[in-house]
Amino acid sequence: MTALPETGLPGAGPGQDGTGSLQVHFDHTLDRGRRIEPRDWMPDAYRSTMIRQIAQHAHSEIIGMQPEGNWITRAPSLRRKAILIAKVQDEAGHGMYLYAAAETLGADRADLTDRLVRGRQKYSSIFNYPTLTYADVGVIGWLVDGAAICNQVPLCRSSYGPYARAMVRICKEESFHQRQGYELLMTMMRGTAAQRAMVQDATNRFWWPSLTMFGPPDDQSPNTAQSMAWGIKRHTNDELRQRFVDMTVPQAEKLGVTLPDPDLKWNAERGHYDFGSVDWDEFMAVIKGNGPCNAQRIARRKAAHDEGAWVREAAAAHAAKHAGRREAS
Amino acid sequence: MEESRVRSDWPLYEVFLRGKRGLNHVHVGSLHAADPQMALHHARDLYTRRNEGVSIWVVAARDITASSPDEKDPFFAPSGDKVYRHPTFYEIPDDVPHM
Repeated sequence: MTALPETGLPGAGPGQDGTGSLQVHFDHTLDRGRRIEPRDWMPDAYRSTMIRQIAQHAHSEIIGMQPEGNWITRAPSLRRKAILIAKVQDEAGHGMYLYAAAETLGADRADLTDRLVRGRQKYSSIFNYPTLTYADVGVIGWLVDGAAICNQVPLCRSSYGPYARAMVRICKEESFHQRQGYELLMTMMRGTAAQRAMVQDATNRFWWPSLTMFGPPDDQSPNTAQSMAWGIKRHTNDELRQRFVDMTVPQAEKLGVTLPDPDLKWNAERGHYDFGSVDWDEFMAVIKGNGPCNAQRIARRKAAHDEGAWVREAAAAHAAKHAGRREAS
Repeated sequence: MEESRVRSDWPLYEVFLRGKRGLNHVHVGSLHAADPQMALHHARDLYTRRNEGVSIWVVAARDITASSPDEKDPFFAPSGDKVYRHPTFYEIPDDVPHM
């Protein structure tokens, strides 16, 4: 039969008849720790959950270009500018890997973009906060990309093959993102008092939003059990948040900044740091569209897409013209 | 609506990379492009930002013929019962050298 190797169509598998044995085969594949591949039969709920998870991740990469892209023209040196351009280009690349993975499930990339700009699909709330100084570029690399790595490393073992493979590529590249951010901050901390104050200020603003990147507390995360059974989530939100805090505290000490949480202290009994509670009301408000930059981010994305329409049309016309010539010759 | 027509004119390409000389091209992902030349350029920008490849193939996804995805598919059955194709099928005494 003729079919696309990585591109399934929704419902393209066998119909509802005999779904029982298909379900058994699907469950058996997961039980053995094997991957689900694009043209395998999968439950509709698994497919739609994967599309939503991958699309939301892709949108986050694409919207995530904006806060840092904001500083490219004002980078303090050619070295920093080259690094920042490379980083923002990586975010675009990550978005593309992920849209491609979503398309293997039958989603359409143009449709996903459409849902993003209409506010029908979400992206990570962290990108609705503004970047006020160049120290924010460093803190985003250190904290935001650090939290993203915590979230993403376990996803390299996602049960959905194309997503897991995209995550392997992404995690390799995120390591550069985090290290360039930390190095930038170390450089600023060796500078003037004003530069050190900028780093502390950026840390103060991004610490709590970074902790929200792991999602709501476990007792308010009703889908976690199903996602873990499906192998598309490997640790709970609170486990990953704790891991991030434990990793980050010594990095902050080494850097010489204070994390803005009076309750943060080592708990020898637990073998972990205790920390204060996140303001989940603020988190929910930002998710619902009331963060500082929600409207601006979506408007920018929509403008970029609309302003690129003529390029897409011209490329399509060029391709059609040359295809016609090849046929004629 | 006009927009969706233009979009659908950009077909899907599958991308294969040769990581270095001596290795096969390996599938790494897919992308959309207006034509094969553009697909090659996009593949370079998307999949080889860190010297991951020395050669790229792009293939229009619609031109690929694939086997049915089910692992237990009878398509692969002919090799399933031919254990004698494997060297471990043959018992040779341990003291026979270089075997």
